[in-house]
Amino acid sequence: MSEIEATMQPVRNIGDELMSEEGARRVRRRYRADFRFRAYGIIAIAIAVGVLGILLATLIIRGAPAFVQTQVTITVDLRDAGIDPADPARADWRGIVADSLEAMFPGAGAAQARELRDMISGGTPFILRDRVIADPALIGTVFDIEVPASDRIDQLNKGAIDRDAPVAQRTVNDQQIAWFDTLEAQDRIATPFNTTLFVGADSRYPELAGLWGAIVGSFYALAVCLALSFPIGIAAAIYLEEFAPKNRWTEMIEININNLAAVPSVVFGLLGLALFLNFFGMPRSAPLVGGMTLALMTLPTIIIASRAALKAVPPSIREGALGVGASHQQAVLHHVLPLAMPGMLTGTIIGLAQALGETAPLLLIGMNAFITAAPDSMMSPSTALPTQIYIWADSPERGFVARTSAAILVLLGFLACMNAVAIWLRSRLERRW
Amino acid sequence: MKEATTSASSVSVRHAHSGVAMPTKVHARDVTVHYGDKQALFNVTMDIPANSVTAFIGPSGCGKSTFLRCINRMNDTIDICRVGGTITVDDQDIYDPKLDVVQLRARVGMVFQKPNPFPKSIYDNIAYGPRIHGLVRSKSELDGIVESSLKRAGLWKEASERLNEPATGMSGGQQQRLCIARAIAVSPEIILMDEPCSALDPISTAHIEELIDELRENFTIIIVTHNLQQAARVSQMTGFFHLGKLIEFADTGELFQSPQNSMTEDYITGRFG
Repeated sequence: MSEIEATMQPVRNIGDELMSEEGARRVRRRYRADFRFRAYGIIAIAIAVGVLGILLATLIIRGAPAFVQTQVTITVDLRDAGIDPADPARADWRGIVADSLEAMFPGAGAAQARELRDMISGGTPFILRDRVIADPALIGTVFDIEVPASDRIDQLNKGAIDRDAPVAQRTVNDQQIAWFDTLEAQDRIATPFNTTLFVGADSRYPELAGLWGAIVGSFYALAVCLALSFPIGIAAAIYLEEFAPKNRWTEMIEININNLAAVPSVVFGLLGLALFLNFFGMPRSAPLVGGMTLALMTLPTIIIASRAALKAVPPSIREGALGVGASHQQAVLHHVLPLAMPGMLTGTIIGLAQALGETAPLLLIGMNAFITAAPDSMMSPSTALPTQIYIWADSPERGFVARTSAAILVLLGFLACMNAVAIWLRSRLERRW
Repeated sequence: MKEATTSASSVSVRHAHSGVAMPTKVHARDVTVHYGDKQALFNVTMDIPANSVTAFIGPSGCGKSTFLRCINRMNDTIDICRVGGTITVDDQDIYDPKLDVVQLRARVGMVFQKPNPFPKSIYDNIAYGPRIHGLVRSKSELDGIVESSLKRAGLWKEASERLNEPATGMSGGQQQRLCIARAIAVSPEIILMDEPCSALDPISTAHIEELIDELRENFTIIIVTHNLQQAARVSQMTGFFHLGKLIEFADTGELFQSPQNSMTEDYITGRFG
């Protein structure tokens, strides 16, 4: 009793204590500390959001012009062009295009033929040829056809070229500007949505370059990556988490898997190069090899995420199943796995999203080749979205600057979609217990 | 003065004087358990009678749950756990290497401390055991097992209208009775209960206790509990464990009224534990 009394404080008035000068000072100090702590957090988030905003804004501002393309309507006269209706492909399409342009601007002499030709895309002869092959009735008629303007005229139309700059500092000369103004006055210039950006494959001409080849290549590579890394990763995770004995070997494997997740992707690229291309002699630049290389890189991510998902399933579920006489394997397959599935799928999609944006491994196995057609199989050479961005970023033509940003936006769009699917799957499949 | 020794040889085992003597269901002889280097159970020897409720009491960490989990070899799931001695159920050595542990667990069901229904429908929770053991041939047979199991667990009235609703939507007490129904559904011989009421409110606890008393008719029930009143209410035999040793094992009435061991007396009178 006396001991308790000794440790007891004298009776105190709580109001006195809370309202005293000393108490108020303590409270103010704590409030200030709270405020500072919250401020640091808000500042950190503001910086992160700001940087992200700058990145996105830059990309959008830079990439937006690439989503439209200047088109020029030219009049083609095929009445006397010497086209063999049986084999129109062999006609002199380059000459026909040059003649058509000269007919539109009679004042331009032979000396200016080249400048005139530079007004429209270098691919015009092929566009015209394909159009006529598709519709042979055009032979012997005069008709209008809309073709992409050349990169320099496209830039001029989009205001990227300063008309008042000295001639030496701009890619169009005064004559070409005059022609452009004439065409515009004749209502022959249009700026529709750039479908080529999505349906075309790569090209030397920016106005004809598109992402379709890269999209298909990325799709194939991701499909291979998913087909390999998902089953292998899930099986490895289930075995390691649920069945493997806990000993030095499994511990070592576990540490190594965790380390693999941190290995730079270029190393996986080198491994793919050495293993798949050099040792197995598989084709260069093929999405199949790209997917296999990306699978090597994605595996640790999927294994780690899947193990975390398995670990998160409460042991009581396992015990309940064992308690009614389920075997260990039945308990895992019937109860643990369905509960861990959302986490595993999310991990897989995050891993795939990472693989979609990965450039270095693909560069090493040659998926940065210049390929002007979408791949028709997993074995045919192709690029992928990130390597296409890499190629375009490296190209000197003005038009590729905007297209690089546009391609990055497209890639980000795909990534956002994949993450949205991951979120949707998680909320859809997640069950409470 | 009563004997105060804790050695295994001094364990006093007295069988029920009152009521009908039941044949022994579980024989345990010199059962020891090691977790790695640490010994958790020292030479436990006891005979658990059939068709009765046997309660294990004792302070936390005394080894009562460890011993319970030896009876359906649940300890096998822990890598570092080693079990010595012999345990027989109906004269079959359950640690016989030729015996399939999964078959054993179907005969020795278990209900856990925290209700752990599967995150599936009520129906599927009950039907899971019969399904994996191939006990049923048709849907109607399965329906019958689900109904009878729920009825025996006293849950049919509450659950019959919502068989396809998730089991996790039920109250804690209902979930625990569902877990008991789930254990019954594979028609085991023995049901082990590891503190089945510790997560439940008094009314749910009363329900479960009533249920345990009814189930005694068809099953041998072994229950671990922290609640001495519960042991006294539901069990016919009680074993008191302390520091990994079985101190006393006797008819419940006798153990609570005239404990032979001073430690037992100290524990049941609340002087330690």
